[in-house]
Amino acid sequence: MRIELVRRPQHSALFSALSPFIALGLTLVAGAIMFSLLGKNPVDALYYYFIDPLTGIWDPGNRWQLHELAIKAAPLILIAVGLSVCYLSNNWNIGAEGQFIIGAVVGSFIPVVFPGWHSWIVLPLMLLLGMLGGAAYAAIPAFFKVKFNTNEILTSLMLVYVAQLFNDWLVRGIWRNPEGMSFPGTIRFSEWAILPQVWPESGRAHWGFVFALVAAVVVWFMLSKTLKGFEVKVLGQSPRAGRFAGFSSGKVVFFAFLLSGALAGLAGISEVAGPIEHLNEKISIGYGFTAIIVAFLGRLNPLGIVAAGIILALTYLGGESAQIAIGVSDKAVRAFQGMLLFFVLACDTLIHYRVRIAGAPAAKAAETKAGEATQGA
Amino acid sequence: MLEQILITIATAATPLLIAAIGELVVERSGVLNLGVEGMMVMGAVTGFAVALTTGSPWLGVFAAVIVGALFSLLFGFLTLTLVTNQVATGLALTLLGLGLSGMIGEAFVGQPGIKLSAIYIPGLTDIPFVGRLFFGQDPLFYVSILLTVGVAWFLFRTRAGLTLRSVGDNHGSAHALGINVIGIRYLAVMFGGACAGLAGAFLSLVYTTQWIENMSAGRGWIALALVVFASWRPLRVLAGAYLFGAVSIGQLHAQALGIGIPSQLLSALPYLATIVVLVLISRNRRLTMINTPASLGRPFVPDR
Repeated sequence: MRIELVRRPQHSALFSALSPFIALGLTLVAGAIMFSLLGKNPVDALYYYFIDPLTGIWDPGNRWQLHELAIKAAPLILIAVGLSVCYLSNNWNIGAEGQFIIGAVVGSFIPVVFPGWHSWIVLPLMLLLGMLGGAAYAAIPAFFKVKFNTNEILTSLMLVYVAQLFNDWLVRGIWRNPEGMSFPGTIRFSEWAILPQVWPESGRAHWGFVFALVAAVVVWFMLSKTLKGFEVKVLGQSPRAGRFAGFSSGKVVFFAFLLSGALAGLAGISEVAGPIEHLNEKISIGYGFTAIIVAFLGRLNPLGIVAAGIILALTYLGGESAQIAIGVSDKAVRAFQGMLLFFVLACDTLIHYRVRIAGAPAAKAAETKAGEATQGA
Repeated sequence: MLEQILITIATAATPLLIAAIGELVVERSGVLNLGVEGMMVMGAVTGFAVALTTGSPWLGVFAAVIVGALFSLLFGFLTLTLVTNQVATGLALTLLGLGLSGMIGEAFVGQPGIKLSAIYIPGLTDIPFVGRLFFGQDPLFYVSILLTVGVAWFLFRTRAGLTLRSVGDNHGSAHALGINVIGIRYLAVMFGGACAGLAGAFLSLVYTTQWIENMSAGRGWIALALVVFASWRPLRVLAGAYLFGAVSIGQLHAQALGIGIPSQLLSALPYLATIVVLVLISRNRRLTMINTPASLGRPFVPDR
């Protein structure tokens, strides 16, 4: 028995729409198996993972959980929307985690160094600095790629470690809060430097989620309705065709990296100016890497990414509630997310290929007949 | 003193060398597996767990190699049979490996491990100045050297090696000549996985002898960079791995001496060095063009 792929003449619209759902379904099955192997009741585990955080939809008493969902989804969506532009244009930026951290660091400059500056302009400046910081950090691999043809995958990833260490040095060193009881971290930001909450009555979701939605819509419009979006996609699919069309691949490399860096930086500063309220050494719970999964689950479409971001945010929250309720290790979350990406990639094959199990005699016979028929025609 | 420093450099270089040699074979067959970090960390946790539960570090090493190879099969099935994007699938393997290893290793955090002891040959190991360097290191050091020489010989001196390189350079022609492209690539991917698993076992059974989450700490990625740095030549991988070993040991010594540079910035040195080296090597476009396997990362669907 052998698995054979037959290229479809056109990509399948049906499977384009279905593949993320098939992948999710398979992940749930695999997850159930994983939880049973861990000795937990799989139905309980999946309930806490995927339903419990959503009870706020019908139960006003749990509405705060939806806010937490928005808090977790915001950075994932922001980063993944930027990454979609990168991946569509064949630029493999996998250093969003680093751009997130540098955005948070650069944006924190004002509230940490000038804590006494109380003005409405502080917050917009912080957000701007965060975006600039993330974009500048993403410009490094872009520059090397355009100028020297250096592999951007490796350089952008290496810069993640550098960013983590740099942030660690800052919050344990010159930016450390002298009254922080030897915990690494800066002083708490003044209220002028805190992102306001959207609906403070019911929970603490902040404007970062709104930024994420706006970014998704704007980038979706850019990709599907403008020449720039066309340029991004053409250069991604066929650099040669793009060059004949007069598009500059170097410019698009910079465009994709700067855009995704800026969005990752915005996610970073929104995270520290939002729920964390100060800069510390563990500001990210792997958002930059999980966002890669979000981008693919959303099929690199910014609107799909919004849904995908919420689903991945659910796994973070669900991981917490499953840990509290039935003692599933919080480490299971990352394994779960990794499996999801595997299934997403595997199911995307169905879009371009028909999968055929070859080798069974009956199938062989049918195949020969079909072959003769096409030759006859 | 000098002997001691050289031995520590070898200890830092060996896991990089083993993983990079494995990835070199994979890339020579035309497949780019970015999952080295994930396979390595799976090897590390498997090696540690098996050694601790059975009491035998050698069983740990063996299990790590097997798990590395099996884990790489996941990548192989997706990229070779289902023709998924190799970059994305490799990333998925890394993310899955980091997640799974964290889960498996949770029970072993903080437990003292078992060390794979260094070899001792009476007489030879006792030679002053060079005895321990040449005859008294851990067994995997010798494995890494043999592996490098063996792969160099295999790739450039055997018919099978030529076949593997032809698959990496032009899979279409290789297929037309009746070579089983997919089969050869499966074997190469599994060899890479086994090597990454072995490198992981080195980390948890020789380098630190404990399990720490994410203990590969980017070494899988540095191994990938080494392959590019070495322009896909085994002996240059050896040189590169020792260069990186020297950089990381150098920064550790500088930290211990306390020369006034913050430790975090020194710890960033190996990563920064990787970037610098990649930029320098890629500036020479001709060199990279000549040596890069021409089908590297390209999907292959046999026409029937």
